[in-house]
Amino acid sequence: MTQPFPFSAIVGQDEMKQAMILTAIDPGIGGVLVFGDRGTGKSTAVRALAALLPEITAVQGCPVNSAKLEDCPEWAGIGSKRVVKRPTPVIDLPLGVTEDRVVGALDIERALTRGEKAFEPGLLARANRGYLYIDEVNLLEDHIVDLLLDVAQSGENVVEREGLSIRHPARFVLVGSGNPEEGELRPQLLDRFGLSVEVASPTDISQRIEVIRRRDAYENDTAAFLKRWRAADTKLRKKILAAKEALPSLETPEQTLIDCAELCIALGSDGLRGELTLLRAARAVAAFEGATEVTRAHLRKIAPSALRHRLRRDPLDESGSTTRVSRAMGELFGTFLTAAE
Amino acid sequence: MDARTISDAEARWARAGLALSVLAVNPTGLGGLWLRARSGPARDRFLAALDALPLPLRKIHPGISDTQLYGGLDLSATLGGGKVVNTAGILTNPCAIVLTMAERCPAGLAARLATALDQGTHTLIALDEGADSEEVAPPSLTEPLGLFVTLDDIPLSALSTELIDAGAIATVRQRLPQVTCPDALRDDLVTIAATLGVSSLRAPLLALAAARTIAALFGEDVVQPDHIRLAAELVFAHRATAFPDAAEAQEAETPPPPPEDAQTDGGDTESDQDQSLPQEILLEAVQAALPPDVLAALAAGRATRARSGAAGSGATKRGNRRGRPLPSRPGRLDGQSRIDLVATLRAAAPWQPMRRKAAPQGHSLHIRAEDIRVRRFEERSDRLLVFAVDASGSAAMARLAEAKGAVELLLAEAYARRDHVALVAFRGTAAELLLPPTRSLVQTKRRLAALPGGGGTPLAAGLETAMDIARRGRDHGMTPTLVVLTDGRANIALDGSADRRAAGDDAQRLARLCAGEGVPGLVIDTSVRPQPALATLAQTMDAPYLAMPRADAHRLSAAVSDRLDA
Repeated sequence: MTQPFPFSAIVGQDEMKQAMILTAIDPGIGGVLVFGDRGTGKSTAVRALAALLPEITAVQGCPVNSAKLEDCPEWAGIGSKRVVKRPTPVIDLPLGVTEDRVVGALDIERALTRGEKAFEPGLLARANRGYLYIDEVNLLEDHIVDLLLDVAQSGENVVEREGLSIRHPARFVLVGSGNPEEGELRPQLLDRFGLSVEVASPTDISQRIEVIRRRDAYENDTAAFLKRWRAADTKLRKKILAAKEALPSLETPEQTLIDCAELCIALGSDGLRGELTLLRAARAVAAFEGATEVTRAHLRKIAPSALRHRLRRDPLDESGSTTRVSRAMGELFGTFLTAAE
Repeated sequence: MDARTISDAEARWARAGLALSVLAVNPTGLGGLWLRARSGPARDRFLAALDALPLPLRKIHPGISDTQLYGGLDLSATLGGGKVVNTAGILTNPCAIVLTMAERCPAGLAARLATALDQGTHTLIALDEGADSEEVAPPSLTEPLGLFVTLDDIPLSALSTELIDAGAIATVRQRLPQVTCPDALRDDLVTIAATLGVSSLRAPLLALAAARTIAALFGEDVVQPDHIRLAAELVFAHRATAFPDAAEAQEAETPPPPPEDAQTDGGDTESDQDQSLPQEILLEAVQAALPPDVLAALAAGRATRARSGAAGSGATKRGNRRGRPLPSRPGRLDGQSRIDLVATLRAAAPWQPMRRKAAPQGHSLHIRAEDIRVRRFEERSDRLLVFAVDASGSAAMARLAEAKGAVELLLAEAYARRDHVALVAFRGTAAELLLPPTRSLVQTKRRLAALPGGGGTPLAAGLETAMDIARRGRDHGMTPTLVVLTDGRANIALDGSADRRAAGDDAQRLARLCAGEGVPGLVIDTSVRPQPALATLAQTMDAPYLAMPRADAHRLSAAVSDRLDA
């Protein structure tokens, strides 16, 4: 793994790319779940995202990537005030991971050699202000899943073990991928993901050829391929940064709030999380497109991703959840775009 | 054995040699090799030739623990040296992993290995000894492996030729980076993959790597059409889910091919690509590469295997007595759990200097209650619900539809209850397994999309197949329950004859068998007037009898739930 495949060079998979870009604009949307067969480019997209994301500024040596010195946890003992730029962390959570490595544990080396009690930060610390990627999330050990849910919810990792009492911020975007045929995900975990997308291999032959063509070019001459796509990636990165800046000043008309609520009621999605995520995601879409206010067109674009995994399962309904979302939208907003949109 | 089969066997042996040479030249580019063969001289010869790989061989088994895979703390060295010493895991350094008993590989291990392969430093040789279509290595494991070799039925006489020219491999490897592939041929590989119903895009990439390697093996710098053909044979043959030309021959075994736009417009592009290979030649070559029975077994395996590794949330029971080892956790010794001595020592190790200082005259090793780590194992003891549904007669469609609804409803609740569901339909003269044991709602929906109906009532055959599934489920550590759904008397005997009396006797005999095996059951009578014969059958089966005329999906699933919870 040297240079990841450029994000802009990924053929198709627009929904997945859109979802990932939106979490970069507003990390508060809360994670992306990518479900699909093996070999559809899920991992490729995540690695590409890591290279695309804008850099963050962080205090040098801080284990949790704090932006300011006063945010650094005490136990880290950071003395320097130097602030450095570093890439947005995208941390892999491997399947065989132990609890110690996820939450952090006693630093055995220091305990053994110097008899000191010190904390060795885990993956959650490293993922702070960045992304945590779990491949095959549906195969993850239950106790690790429970632990992640708790931290993702509170944004803080609390370690009370082996005589240590440590807490540190752990705000990250959870990106999970998996294959639904290998086991399904508990609804509690599903709900924690802001957006969910379903990916499949393209069925269009010319698109398939294009995928192989680009991959082949990338593997034959990585440097030349990256150079060819650098401009596109840079443009996308700038667009993300601009959208990030525009986000707070974006207006949300009353009608959009009503639309959100009506759609969620019509679909019978549990709780208010669906509505909140839908609105946040729609705002991010609007910001990305450079609009000044959030409209129904933006809602329409993101509603399937934001809601499809929150529907109560009705096994007797033949249509998939994606169809159910679009059907509800058709009934509420009309099948075609109206002039007002 | 006539001359043709001998030459066939020789061709297959030669193809196995080619696959091995390709892997030896480009082990990481191809991902690995899936060897499906029972033990025998051919397999032994093949395994001996693996020494030609440029990577060290490391043998693993499906029950391997994470510490062995990823490495961990070396306790004795750490305690002795006073500093942390880690052992290297199998995945730490580049190597060729040889996975024995790949057909028993759990989904968790498959995912771990696939992730390791993605990094491009390892190669995996999966030794699949599956006896029948039931036992196939999991798709998540075999999907990233480029090559497939089957060695069954190759006679000794065919093994005379040397499998691989080990001396030439190193020079071929040097040539490999210079080999280029013409665009038209590359696009051919993508098109043929789509035509064969191979949906993953990894397959054409692997085939491309194989074609390049084959060109290098033949001493060429540019890939030729012949190399494309050989690569397609090695990489696509076992992945194919559709053979457009031979659709009729395969129809009985394989599910209908997914609608593929590519099939219709694949031919148009050919005329303007003069270097391109005719599709039919490629198709024929790929099709001839594997014996039809192997293909059928693979197709059946694809369908059944998806369920097997469902190690997701709640799919498996975590005990601490037996099963696949899981990481140990802090706990207390309550007489039932087993202590993980190494993990306990590891937990206690850092504290030794401090504790010794606190109690200098005490023991040399200080272990406190909070250091205790308890072993945990993953154990499969899920419940398996086998539905045997009568698909005969006029009411068949409605009953099947309701049974299908009940299956899906039960699966929807399966989160909390760890249930697997299977569905057997019987009609005409035989029974058919429509849904192999699964807990995936996605798979169920797809498999049950079209349900056949009509004909006689081979109740005995239905019971027999259902019992078979139940027994197999039990072998996998599941607890089976049988649910029979019918509205009529048995009128087709086990041998297929339309003899009411023999049919009734057969059904009674199988019912006794069920009772003898101790499989709990439930007989649901859906006819308008309850049938006394069915009540007798239920009695023989030692199962409750329920008369539910016009049962709908919700009532069915409620009745089955009640029975399960009783």
